[in-house]
Amino acid sequence: MTGVAVVGAAETTELGKIPHLSQQQLHADAALNAMADAGLTAKDIDGIATAGERPTDLAYYLGITPTWVDGTSVGGCSFMLHVRHAVAAIASGQCTTVLITHGESGRSGVGRGGFPRAPASLAGQFEMPFGPTGPPTMFTLPVLRYMKDYGMTHEQLAMVAVVQREWASMNPRASFQNEISVDDVLNSKMIAYPFHLLECCLVTDGGGALILTKADRAADFPQPPVHILGTGESVETPIVSQMEDLTSSRAFKVAGAFAMRDAGITHADVDHLMVYDAFAHLPIYGLEDLGFCKKGEAADFIWEQNTAPGGSLPMNTNGGGLSYMHSGMYGMYALQESVRQIRGTAPAQVVDANVSLCLGVGGMFGASGCIVFGKEPK
Amino acid sequence: MDKPTRSLPQPTPETQHFWEGTQAEQLLLQRCTDCAHTYFPPRPFCPSCSSRSVEVYAASGRATLASYVINQRPHPAFDGPYAIALVDLEEGPRMMTNIVECEQTPEALQLDMPLEVRFEQVSEDIKLPLFAPAGADK
Repeated sequence: MTGVAVVGAAETTELGKIPHLSQQQLHADAALNAMADAGLTAKDIDGIATAGERPTDLAYYLGITPTWVDGTSVGGCSFMLHVRHAVAAIASGQCTTVLITHGESGRSGVGRGGFPRAPASLAGQFEMPFGPTGPPTMFTLPVLRYMKDYGMTHEQLAMVAVVQREWASMNPRASFQNEISVDDVLNSKMIAYPFHLLECCLVTDGGGALILTKADRAADFPQPPVHILGTGESVETPIVSQMEDLTSSRAFKVAGAFAMRDAGITHADVDHLMVYDAFAHLPIYGLEDLGFCKKGEAADFIWEQNTAPGGSLPMNTNGGGLSYMHSGMYGMYALQESVRQIRGTAPAQVVDANVSLCLGVGGMFGASGCIVFGKEPK
Repeated sequence: MDKPTRSLPQPTPETQHFWEGTQAEQLLLQRCTDCAHTYFPPRPFCPSCSSRSVEVYAASGRATLASYVINQRPHPAFDGPYAIALVDLEEGPRMMTNIVECEQTPEALQLDMPLEVRFEQVSEDIKLPLFAPAGADK
């Protein structure tokens, strides 16, 4: 246990298509909702962390005078790293109450900067000349190697999307709620072989925010505390072509193992799992790199409905980036769903969700952050 | 296949030799003279043991197909769907490239197929290392 808990958590009021708000205001909308959730105002916040926008911009915009600032930006899992850094900052007395914000006008592009890849960067020199046109042609590159080495079929990859849609069908805020079949996935438009449209994440607008403080203050807040039991983080490479093993994420392994050790839990203790799913292969890599499945067995595990509603290891219960929402930096939404599950307020609530593990990815297998949440401080 | 609309690399002092190498139709790698580790992309030190004692040498140009996707979205430099590939060089390192002199289909692009390097002029200063099935006519 870390002695730190989540006492405020919220997403933007709307999700999906929000052309009437700038990206900065998406951050602020989520932050105001999280402050209301915790019964706080900006005057009570003395630490701020964000990615996508600069913490300076958000602190000024929201009226926060921080004694601690974190602008770690390693892609979609940046918010997991912010949680981890905030735990250390609060424990060491650098601040008492941290606000972590995310907002992204991923679909509407209002007030959003691009992701330029400088021609002199490693990606600019050694990847971009060969024609990648964004994450669907980069994040996806390792999967044929995985399929050949471990015998995963196209049908099994498609099943990841089918199971997550089952969860999304129970979630009124999910972007897509109609149930789909393996055939539906395989008949959807080919984006970058072997990935079909329904195996790629959504592109939506939205945001989310978390407020963290010392667990021994948790009784002062209106919501039940969600204790942070353990944390982990790592990075591997800025270019997917250079990941050490095309069938495994080193960053997943390092961050996941550290977080579980830090929390003092075993796999059997985990009641609920979130694995950042920008594309359908990520939950397969995550289940194996976290050690929930042996190498090569995660696709069967998902095929046999173990991660589906009623299964032994409920995973991506909001519908995930494939069906719930994905603004670009999805990690915040995975964290929000873990918090809802531990609070017992999720639309597709898992029975007896006492421990939730949340694994994020940044870049194209470039970075990872992992947070273990618990109902009890352990 | 290639039109002058690819994103072009901008060499840095640390990678200049690699791009001069491709201009001369050589695929240059680096090897640590302390621990013998061969690595890519270029940098003036060994990422395995941190030694600054490294040397540049010419790779064989032989590789195998490690993985790929076939991008269906249009790109101004390519005619129709095209493979973005990862190849394992005979010397060890992996690199991103395109596969030429080959149908851009799952049937034609078999993982682990042997490949050999080609150099394609994409601007006055830059030739890109691309790969073709081994034994294909130049």
